[in-house]
Amino acid sequence: MTVPRFWREIPQRYNLQASKCGACDAIHYPPRTVCPECRRASIGNLEEVKLSGRGTVLESTRVHKAAPGYEAQVPYTLALIQTEEGPVITGQVVDHDGRAVSAGDDVRAVFRRLGEDGDAGVIYYGTKWVLA
Amino acid sequence: MTGRTAYVVGAAHTPFGEAWDKSYRHLMTDAGLAAIQDAGVQGEDIDEVFVGTMSTGKLVGQEHVASLLLDGAGLADQHLPATRIEAAGASGGLAFRQGVQAIRSGAADVVVVGGLEKMTDVSDADQAAVTASGIDQEWEHFFGATDAALHALIAKRHMARYGTTREQLAAVAVKNHAHGARNPLAQFRRPITEETVLRAPPVAEPLGMFDCAPTSDGAACVVLCSDAVVDSYGGKAVQVSGSGQASDTLSLSDRADLTSWRATEHAARRAYQEAGVSVADVDVAEVHDAYTITELLAVEDLGFVKKGEGGPATVEGRTGDGGDVVVNPSGGLKARGHPVGATGIAQVCELTWHLRGTASDRQVKDARIGVAHNTGGTGATAVVHVLEGVQ
Repeated sequence: MTVPRFWREIPQRYNLQASKCGACDAIHYPPRTVCPECRRASIGNLEEVKLSGRGTVLESTRVHKAAPGYEAQVPYTLALIQTEEGPVITGQVVDHDGRAVSAGDDVRAVFRRLGEDGDAGVIYYGTKWVLA
Repeated sequence: MTGRTAYVVGAAHTPFGEAWDKSYRHLMTDAGLAAIQDAGVQGEDIDEVFVGTMSTGKLVGQEHVASLLLDGAGLADQHLPATRIEAAGASGGLAFRQGVQAIRSGAADVVVVGGLEKMTDVSDADQAAVTASGIDQEWEHFFGATDAALHALIAKRHMARYGTTREQLAAVAVKNHAHGARNPLAQFRRPITEETVLRAPPVAEPLGMFDCAPTSDGAACVVLCSDAVVDSYGGKAVQVSGSGQASDTLSLSDRADLTSWRATEHAARRAYQEAGVSVADVDVAEVHDAYTITELLAVEDLGFVKKGEGGPATVEGRTGDGGDVVVNPSGGLKARGHPVGATGIAQVCELTWHLRGTASDRQVKDARIGVAHNTGGTGATAVVHVLEGVQ
């Protein structure tokens, strides 16, 4: 077994844990160490916030040539999700059973297994999205 | 621009394609020796070497390739500085820019810049993993994104916003394959029809197999020199009159606008300004068409056509042979092939041949000003060079 590349100890990988800048109130996901708008003024002034998991589809595509680990799922839907707090997140829209996914559709986050590091490796968890 | 000027005095690349009978080091040596011979420089004339390559570690299991490749060219005993440059698809273009800067700074009078990739010795899955290492591993790829899928999202946004059609995307592939058919070094040398593009197996909708550049083996090399020594190297010099590089967020999701690549816009503005040229002066361009949609973004963001008009302009032939600016006369990444690190250098080779007037039956008539545009990932790195023929 190899050492896992993606540690479960990084909580924002499977939680929608974001950062909020104390100077301008902008929310970023993944969380940042420095706010790209306020930069120096934001250092030491960022707080942890959790996203609601509600968003809309900004754009989506049906993927036929899978990312490694996703081969059994083709074709699958990959989308950019505009969260209600502001950040845009890349993720799969699942369980839509043939219903077309379109820009503007409301979605919500679900906690899912994403894959594992080989047969005996650590299981990865993370966020996928379903139609709301 | 004030100060020292860099000139391209030698250019060569290997045939691009599947080179199962050559290792990466043989490919680089072939291109390097041909470029040095073209320039007429001797080993002892060379001051510094750069090589652009994206992923020799994953593709051939070898890092630390700059000194290795220099040794392959028989130059180890010169003890030259040799440096490897990486920025995904823009690795070659960035290596070229490092060479230009070494000349301009006065640190060197003669610089050799190589680019290479050996991609077909590994499985499709390993190739895909390398391509995907140019996007954000933790926040895009981990959640199911591929490089092609992100470009598909860009294509769909472009279609929704500007009315770009599937057929207009296909027109990019048809044009570049027609160009590639006249390039003896291209991987694909057959014209294709719109139907071929539209009927190809889907990769990520709306993009199919013929919307994507292939995986390829190949190496390219150019020799640069300063104005102080350019007269020693014959009459085939091409001036590097502008050089611009810019960056953007690695993740596509962090961009305010999916349909423009700001890094391309900034790199182009800097390069045009430095060269003192306007976009209307450009005769020929080699742009980064890793996907059909990326050529549309490129011709718009480089200013060749108005934003959103890339599709109609391609269909109308404004970017084809005999058009306002001939885009990718080599066949581009799509038909010439895309050995990643070699691409940015092969673009400079192609422009050099057109600006010298030696591009044989694909010669762009009266080509005087050329633009090379090379990007990485979904446009997180862009590099633009302006080259001018010397009369």
